[in-house]
Amino acid sequence: MKFGIIVFPGSNCDHDCYHAVKHVFGQKAEYIWHRETDLRGVDCIILPGGFSYGDYLRTGAIARFSPVMNDVLKFAGRGGLVIGICNGFQILAEAGLLPGVLMRNKTLRFICRNVCVRVENSQTIFTSAYRKNQILNIPIAHADGNYFADSDTIKRLEDNEQIIFRYSTADGEITEDANPNGSVNNIAAVINDKGNVLGTMPHPERVCESVIGGTDGRGVFEGILSKI
Amino acid sequence: MKAKVYVTLKKGVLDPQGKAVGSALKSLGYNEVKNLRIGKFMEIEFDGSSKQNAEKRLKEMCEKLLANTVIEDYRVEIE
Repeated sequence: MKFGIIVFPGSNCDHDCYHAVKHVFGQKAEYIWHRETDLRGVDCIILPGGFSYGDYLRTGAIARFSPVMNDVLKFAGRGGLVIGICNGFQILAEAGLLPGVLMRNKTLRFICRNVCVRVENSQTIFTSAYRKNQILNIPIAHADGNYFADSDTIKRLEDNEQIIFRYSTADGEITEDANPNGSVNNIAAVINDKGNVLGTMPHPERVCESVIGGTDGRGVFEGILSKI
Repeated sequence: MKAKVYVTLKKGVLDPQGKAVGSALKSLGYNEVKNLRIGKFMEIEFDGSSKQNAEKRLKEMCEKLLANTVIEDYRVEIE
């Protein structure tokens, strides 16, 4: 399987994604510069974390108009698999591929630490390797991860089971204390209604090997690989 | 031509930054401060002669890029 990792000016988790896909899972991986307009026949696109365009104006607001994004929109429209991690999630939200928006953390602080998330839906292509209600220990590293959408949108996401991960306690309870950034309903990751575009603030690519701190992120890649 | 664009958070959208700045004013003794919200102000210089056309173009700019209408409202003043 071939993964394409989009590189925007200011991306800084592109190498982590490349390493996970290529060296941990032994798949083909290619960097795609944001000015390119050829996705080179990839099977899955990853928009990595970072600070594309310095987060100017709003996170993801300018990257969303990079030339490559036209092709990403078409690719997603055809049912192609797209994962946005952290800044990648912010870009997908700005591009309208995912509902809602990631606002400044409620604490106003950049948070870089491991958190617990609960798997809310294990019936998606990205989460089929997990069990429903499984607790993952996974890092977050962001200043703007406070997920917000209007109440109608939140209801739709809840009803359609489009919420994929929720910040939780280690026992899987969804509490305010377990919510690091103020996200509505502790939302940490969502999927689009067609099920082919995932946005996640936690970084699965950073926890794919025990030697660097954990393996709870592997399931995202294993899920994809088992389906393709 | 010149325009001023104000982008502000919609009512009901939490503004922790505004809240923190409001509390800071209170701690400086400005106890009359009840609420403070932070927005963005942009000045745009552009080519054009018709105010009507400029209004249309500026609205497009706001909708496309300058504001995220999920959480923000915008207001344009053309000079």
